[in-house]
Amino acid sequence: MIGSLRNVTYFLIMAGLIVAVGQMQSWNVALSIVNLCLISSIMALGVNIQWGYAGLFNVGVMGFAALGGMAAMLVSMPPVKEAWAAAGSGAAIGLLIFVATAVAALVVYRKLAKGKLRTALVMGIVVIGYLLLRIFFDPTTTTIEKVNPAATGYLGGFGLPILLSWPIGGLLAGAVAWVVGKITLGLRSDYLAIATLGISEIIVAILKHEDWLTRGVKNVNGLPRPVPYEINLQSSEWFLSLCERLGTNPVTFSSIFVKLCYAILFLTVLLLILWLSERALRSPWGRMMRAIRDNEVSANAMGKNVTARHLQVFVLGSIVVGIAGAMLTTLDGQLTPSSYQPLRFTFLIWVMVIVGGSGNNWGAVLGGFVIWFFWIEAEPLGLWLMDVLTSGMAVDNPLRLHLIESAAHMRLMTMGLILLLALRFSPRGLIPESTKQKV
Amino acid sequence: MLSEPLNAMALLANFVLVPAVAYGSQLALGALGVTLVYGILRFSNFAHGDTMAFGTMFTILFTWWFQSMGINLGPLPTALLALPFAIVMCAFFVLLSDRFVYRFYRKQRADPVIFVIASVGVMFVMNGVVRFIIGPDDQNFADGERFIIRARDFKQMTGLSEGISIKVSQGITVVTMIIVVAALFWFLNKTRTGKSMRAYSDNEDLALLSGINPDRVVMVTWILAAALATIAGSLYGLDKSFKPFTYFQLLLPIFAAAIVGGLGNPLGAIAGGFVIAFSEITVTYAYKKFANYIVPGDWKADGLLQLLSTNYKFAVSFIILLLVLLFRPTGIFKGKSV
Repeated sequence: MIGSLRNVTYFLIMAGLIVAVGQMQSWNVALSIVNLCLISSIMALGVNIQWGYAGLFNVGVMGFAALGGMAAMLVSMPPVKEAWAAAGSGAAIGLLIFVATAVAALVVYRKLAKGKLRTALVMGIVVIGYLLLRIFFDPTTTTIEKVNPAATGYLGGFGLPILLSWPIGGLLAGAVAWVVGKITLGLRSDYLAIATLGISEIIVAILKHEDWLTRGVKNVNGLPRPVPYEINLQSSEWFLSLCERLGTNPVTFSSIFVKLCYAILFLTVLLLILWLSERALRSPWGRMMRAIRDNEVSANAMGKNVTARHLQVFVLGSIVVGIAGAMLTTLDGQLTPSSYQPLRFTFLIWVMVIVGGSGNNWGAVLGGFVIWFFWIEAEPLGLWLMDVLTSGMAVDNPLRLHLIESAAHMRLMTMGLILLLALRFSPRGLIPESTKQKV
Repeated sequence: MLSEPLNAMALLANFVLVPAVAYGSQLALGALGVTLVYGILRFSNFAHGDTMAFGTMFTILFTWWFQSMGINLGPLPTALLALPFAIVMCAFFVLLSDRFVYRFYRKQRADPVIFVIASVGVMFVMNGVVRFIIGPDDQNFADGERFIIRARDFKQMTGLSEGISIKVSQGITVVTMIIVVAALFWFLNKTRTGKSMRAYSDNEDLALLSGINPDRVVMVTWILAAALATIAGSLYGLDKSFKPFTYFQLLLPIFAAAIVGGLGNPLGAIAGGFVIAFSEITVTYAYKKFANYIVPGDWKADGLLQLLSTNYKFAVSFIILLLVLLFRPTGIFKGKSV
């Protein structure tokens, strides 16, 4: 009971902090922090599924989030008709080669017995498919990128509702996780870490450089929204009458209203995933996962297939991260490949999980809120600190200028220190994993 | 035309062989550090890339200091003079990180994955310190002569239309690599401390039983790792340029090199470094000009004939890594257990 009282207090303090930001800065700022906190919490839940349930170290959270982001763009943007007209046949051939390669590789994988021959054959098929793609598809990409490069220069998406992209982003991330996990799980735990580090760098490189697909560093702006636009709200009657009744300014309230709509959407997803995770953790499956995590050898002796379960949990966690990545791009309204930084998307999420409490879903959610809140508020705080520290120096003192300019890099150091301190002095986190069985 | 194949060879030597040898030496030195830490401390040190950046930062700072005092090495870069001082500083900070971070988990006999996470924490602290002190931008600190052989001189000497140029930094990289590797192998195979390190790596319990001091072994390992990281990082910085984020990205090829060779095996790390460097450069090189030389007649290649764009050079390390994990998880030279 004392434990749960403490946990409720943590969440109340967090709510208090957000209310304080709302009162002191503005409700707009507070709500945008809340929205990103909600998304961070979902990502942290995904990492917690991998690390907390199964002890898998995924250093590629960034890549899976980026896949989700790409899905959001591909699902929601309208197709670029000119590009399809100019290069539709080429794109169809490219897709055909791609699908044929994937199917051939899968058939070989299913039909042949496990062994080096099968691996070699699958590799061979992938290499041939890649070369064919390069030969037949390369001219097409140039054509696509030439179609009105300033505004489009890519194929566009499918023009479907962006909400659909959340599950699709999850599936995409899950599929990549399956391939990576299939190869590296069952070997030393470090190999998964190194392989995920690699795949995430590659995914982000693809997003940055395949202009025909994602416009690369030119970004895709103006993704359709799942919620109303401020302008439309400000001219709609029911909204104006609502503002009148509340006695607020329609312009500021419209942006708050939009953020609230997002918050409700995100909260729904968070609660759904949290509920599912909690159910899974308390089920026989969850107990088995923890048994495997705590002692692989004895779990194996009990007849549990450790590698298969690891693969399963790795894919599940990556799906959750992919969903969160799609949600983040939805909130931003644009796909910005250069914004995918390992610090922001991999490392920060890890700090959230470890500070919050590995193995405890509520801990991961709390960690997501706390760390994101301080991540955002650390910058003004750091600048202020530097200002105070250097207040004795002349305004144009080079050391002072250097220190103030470098305040942003303090974030890296602070987050590293928080991770090291939490890992050492509070390895179980703010809300520790509960080992008691609920009857 | 008889000179066409010769031109083709010169072209490949200039754009593939020379850069790959230099890059391979840098990766080999980096991978040696990773593999040593893995062999003795039994975890993959994610902070190694940033240790390289950290050591290089000190090399740059000392270089600037020496330059401001008017000290230089004539045709050789001043950085060589700064290197020993940088190694001392880097080793000091790495030992501090061991004292405050890793030792605790060693005493607890924590799981290797905990060490890996701790090393990620150390990585970010080091990364933050580097960016804080020297900034996230490019720094060029090479001075002295730029070339051993210029392309123009080579062309005049041989009468070919393709030249081979070798930069001083590339020459220094290879020479330093050979000296460092020879010294390291002498140390590991001939000295008492080196032998105790190998014993500790092979069988920790037996080593402890025969009276080897584990703290000393760990300390020497960290000093060696810091020295290798500083040398590798400084050579890479001299050859290309110093940018903190690039060093973080070097982590993947370095790990790939260490795993390809067999984690924990120093000889494997060197072989792995060259395997990765040569694959990366041969796969991302555009063979258009080369093909135009060797294919007889008036045929001209219409594409770049590049297997993979240089934007995806990290994919090469990654794919080699996956291939090794699929076919021979212990690496080419048998490394530690899987």
